Amino acid sequence: MTKKIKNLNLNFGPQHPAAHGVLRLILELDGEVVEKADPHIGLLHRGTEKLIENKTYMQAVPYFDRLDYVAPMNQEHAFALAIEKILKIEVPIRAQLIRVMFCEIGRILSHILNVTTQALDVGALTPSLWGFEERETLMTFYERASGSRLHANYFRAGGVHQDLPAGLEDDIAKFCDNFPKIINDLENLLTDNRIFKQRNVDIGIVTKDDALDYSFSGVMIRGSGVPWDIRKSQPYDCYEQLEFKVPVGKNGDCYDRYLCRIEEMRESVSIIKQCLSKMEKGPVKSFDGKITPPSKKEIKQSMEALIHHFKLFTEGYRVPKDEIYTAVEAPKGEFGVYLISDGSSKPYKCKIRAPGFSHLQSMDYLIKGHMLADVPAVLGSLDIVFGEVDR
Amino acid sequence: MKTLIDLEKKINSELATKINTTSIKHNQIYIEIDKEDLIDVTLFVKTNKDMKFRQLIDITVVDYPEQVQRFKVVYLFLSHEFNQRIILSYFITENEVISSLTSIFPSANWMEREVFDMYGVNFKDHPDLRRILTDYGFEGHPLRKDFPLTGHTEVRYNEEQKKVIKEPVKLEQNYRNFDYESPWEGTKYIKEQTDENDKKN
Repeated sequence: MTKKIKNLNLNFGPQHPAAHGVLRLILELDGEVVEKADPHIGLLHRGTEKLIENKTYMQAVPYFDRLDYVAPMNQEHAFALAIEKILKIEVPIRAQLIRVMFCEIGRILSHILNVTTQALDVGALTPSLWGFEERETLMTFYERASGSRLHANYFRAGGVHQDLPAGLEDDIAKFCDNFPKIINDLENLLTDNRIFKQRNVDIGIVTKDDALDYSFSGVMIRGSGVPWDIRKSQPYDCYEQLEFKVPVGKNGDCYDRYLCRIEEMRESVSIIKQCLSKMEKGPVKSFDGKITPPSKKEIKQSMEALIHHFKLFTEGYRVPKDEIYTAVEAPKGEFGVYLISDGSSKPYKCKIRAPGFSHLQSMDYLIKGHMLADVPAVLGSLDIVFGEVDR
Repeated sequence: MKTLIDLEKKINSELATKINTTSIKHNQIYIEIDKEDLIDVTLFVKTNKDMKFRQLIDITVVDYPEQVQRFKVVYLFLSHEFNQRIILSYFITENEVISSLTSIFPSANWMEREVFDMYGVNFKDHPDLRRILTDYGFEGHPLRKDFPLTGHTEVRYNEEQKKVIKEPVKLEQNYRNFDYESPWEGTKYIKEQTDENDKKN
């Protein structure tokens, strides 16, 4: 006599430490095997796009920090580039180098968080303790440049808000000398670790074709063997002048994606070093007084500067009518801004293309047939941050 | 195709009847089509060996409430092989139903759900058209221009009923929208543009 067993429905989250935020994942289980996964998102929806439509271009920048809050400046970069392309303004070389340097710091911030919490999800506690110490150091760099550890609000159309404080460049250089050793330490703990490999190798395999069809980008597509990096293929700011390699995976499983992230951190360190060596004294924002605010000194002396200051902080600058899509290689993948301006000082429409949104969407495809215990491993390697998925 | 100009020519010659206008701007091709031709055009650019737009980057809608054809539906495609991007768009009226791309790109699923949620545009043949970003039981479509920034309802925990309840929005101070329109002219190129627009009108 056979007994009929009903499938079990399980709510994973929204309050689950391995859900990396507020994800409600409804799993249909046949024993321990996942038959179907239905992610419910939107628990962190704040209406960012609607709010941006009601703010001036400068006021909209902080909203980008709150999307992927582990690498804030990378998002600001996409928005700043979109405005610059429409306004056709030149960014001084020092500002470009500062922006690229902080984007790479953001990449390291994001990858440390992801690699170590993925390890935490599969049972290794130590990496996160070691990694978070470095994250703290990096966030002090953020703080010294912009005034806050997380929500930087540092990039502007035409450059950055202010120049780096004295001594910061030396400290970042010092960090670059020490950090590769920390990556080696992390690798010592994880790369050849038997348990870590058992939990990640051959889990959540994505084929090349599926990675394309599911709109994957960033590490998710590179882990599957597609050599695609927007920094290389459609370079923005000064990436063209910098030398770096793009690590590509072979099998498209969680373990390959982990290896890609580790390798990318090493490349980021080298990019930061190159930026520091190229950096020379100079302006950090465009000179166009209609777009960038004047210095305090000028305001005291020049009537025109005073008017510019007043107009910029009340009305804001106007952006001519145009339509543009700009993408940057954020740590998690292709982060894009589809901007429609109408000639006023507020964006008419600003659609944010978040990489995590398409990655999370494929959860059902990735997890079907895996065991329940693989759910956190796959979710960890997707690198989901709910700030950007829910927007 | 090697260059965007070649690509534009090819699209125009192969799909002549289905394309309304094309233009190249910001290193991207902007293509306007009719609603009915969406599936054909998408399949063509995806499978043609000289284009290979294998990835759907995003789907979105722009709301122009003063127009009869109120919504502009926008599709962004990327070709990894040729390193090119196209932006496909068409206009629809408020209650029109458009075809879903889920059979061609599985990733269209959530993107279309988001469009449905935010703008209330309906999709034909979509496997699972539910709200995605807004709350369970939410009413209205927040990204429409006529939806107020503050929303219609607010939630709070009711001590007597011991549950979270919805109430109409009560603000201590109404949301203020300042009008900065002024005779101040922006930079030179903006002035040129406004002058041009004035001439056209």
